[in-house]
Amino acid sequence: MSRSTLLMLQLLVAVVGLALWQFLTTVPVFGRVLLPPFFFSNPVDVASQIAKWFWTGVIWKHLIITLWESILAFTIGSIGGVLVGFWFARQPRVAAVFDPYVKMVNALPRVVLAPIFTLWLGLGIWSKVALGVTLVFFIVFFNVYQGVKEVSPTVLDNGRMLGMSERQLTRHVYWPSALSWMFSSLHTAVGFAVVGAVVGEYLGSAAGLGYLIQQAEGVFDVAAVFAGMFVLSAFVILIDMVVTLVERRLLVWRPSAAEGRG
Amino acid sequence: MADTAQPIAVALEDATVSFRVAGDRVYTAVAQASLSVAHGEFVAIVGPTGCGKSTLLNVAAGLLKPAAGSVRIFDRPLDGLNRDAGYLFQADALFPWKTAIENVAIGLEVMGAPRAQALQRAQGWLTSVGLGAFGNRYPHMLSGGQRKRVGLAQVLIRDPRILLMDEPFGPLDAQTRQIMGNLLLELWSADRKAVLFVTHDLEEAIALADRVVIMSAGPSARIIGDWRVPLPRPRDIAEIRMEKDFHALHREIWRVLKDEVMKGYAQSSQAAEAG
Repeated sequence: MSRSTLLMLQLLVAVVGLALWQFLTTVPVFGRVLLPPFFFSNPVDVASQIAKWFWTGVIWKHLIITLWESILAFTIGSIGGVLVGFWFARQPRVAAVFDPYVKMVNALPRVVLAPIFTLWLGLGIWSKVALGVTLVFFIVFFNVYQGVKEVSPTVLDNGRMLGMSERQLTRHVYWPSALSWMFSSLHTAVGFAVVGAVVGEYLGSAAGLGYLIQQAEGVFDVAAVFAGMFVLSAFVILIDMVVTLVERRLLVWRPSAAEGRG
Repeated sequence: MADTAQPIAVALEDATVSFRVAGDRVYTAVAQASLSVAHGEFVAIVGPTGCGKSTLLNVAAGLLKPAAGSVRIFDRPLDGLNRDAGYLFQADALFPWKTAIENVAIGLEVMGAPRAQALQRAQGWLTSVGLGAFGNRYPHMLSGGQRKRVGLAQVLIRDPRILLMDEPFGPLDAQTRQIMGNLLLELWSADRKAVLFVTHDLEEAIALADRVVIMSAGPSARIIGDWRVPLPRPRDIAEIRMEKDFHALHREIWRVLKDEVMKGYAQSSQAAEAG
């Protein structure tokens, strides 16, 4: 399939989907509208709602808040995950002692922590950042831990035979290996940072995309709920594209999937 | 060669290596191996698959400690890693996150050389292994043979007094092996380090080495033969295979090696059936 055909087909799916939605919510079939507009709104209303947000500029404030929370959650969670993952992997005894607790905390659905964070940190951005951090931390932590553990024994032996001290091994072998694993989980980690931020906002806040959706829901403004979801999707896709760019820069040394392993 | 004036670079005396497998069973890979490599001597170890050739090399490198026996490097007992040795591994051992030139330079950087100087000398080494224009490539962008060349430069830039090589050209195709063999001989003849070269290819061993050592099939592999290779140097390893002396020696060694290869083969197929 050529690129343009693919793009055409992808667009076709969107057009058909939207047309069907518009049709079912506005045109009566056998004397009845199949999807009641009160619950399903319709694409035109949703689009005009999105346009209104951008036209009046109200959306920017919320977008920036969510973006900011995501960035903070990602940064803090990643730094924590890298440091602790590295430490645990290099100190198997520490890892063994903490192992059950790590598993316990990771098994906990993070949403239940949201009320506690709100109590501790208030309704501002920090309770959302904290929720995102708990999500990002574990992804990065497990990846870095794995990355250090799975360094090829031959590469390690080679480092030793080339005269590396433990410290130099850390810098030239363990560290790059751990970071490469972390970068390969970048998409997931960034995704979870956004999830943390939006869910946190949804559960109690004064600004952000999650807040916007929650407010609309509170007044049964279904058009605004859908509008919020679309803006959120576009927001995540944009962030994901940035991540892909960053990844390409940082992992130049890795064979791409197309080239295969080897 | 009878020049006993040369110091002994590597001396294994009655080295026995065992591993603990599954509980308290002990697997003895190599039993009472005695082997010495003089300074400037090129010794090849040949044996059937799984006979513990690599184990012996790891002992000489200090990566493994023998359960019994002793290892002396330039007449000093080996304690920990062998700092006089460079090791070319069978598997890919380059740092995948470093470019070819960084991979070569790292050996000097680790010793404290300034980066600019290390990179400059690395460029020189890359050129002498024929990869002068490939410095900026990452290992995955190089072919198997090119990666081995980088590996060779990575080891040689540190100027080790002993070179340990574990089937370094094993995964390469026949032509590339010959080219790599000649390159190795060319680089080696410049300053004649002591070389311990492990291979399962008898022809390669005779073509490259001054001495060929044969190991029996494992477990408890022993050294069962030691031949001097009387072929003149410099050699071209593609052409030397045509010589009469080469054939005579090959036939003589093969007579001993063949039995061991069959034994090793029988054992590994039994193990495969049992497993």
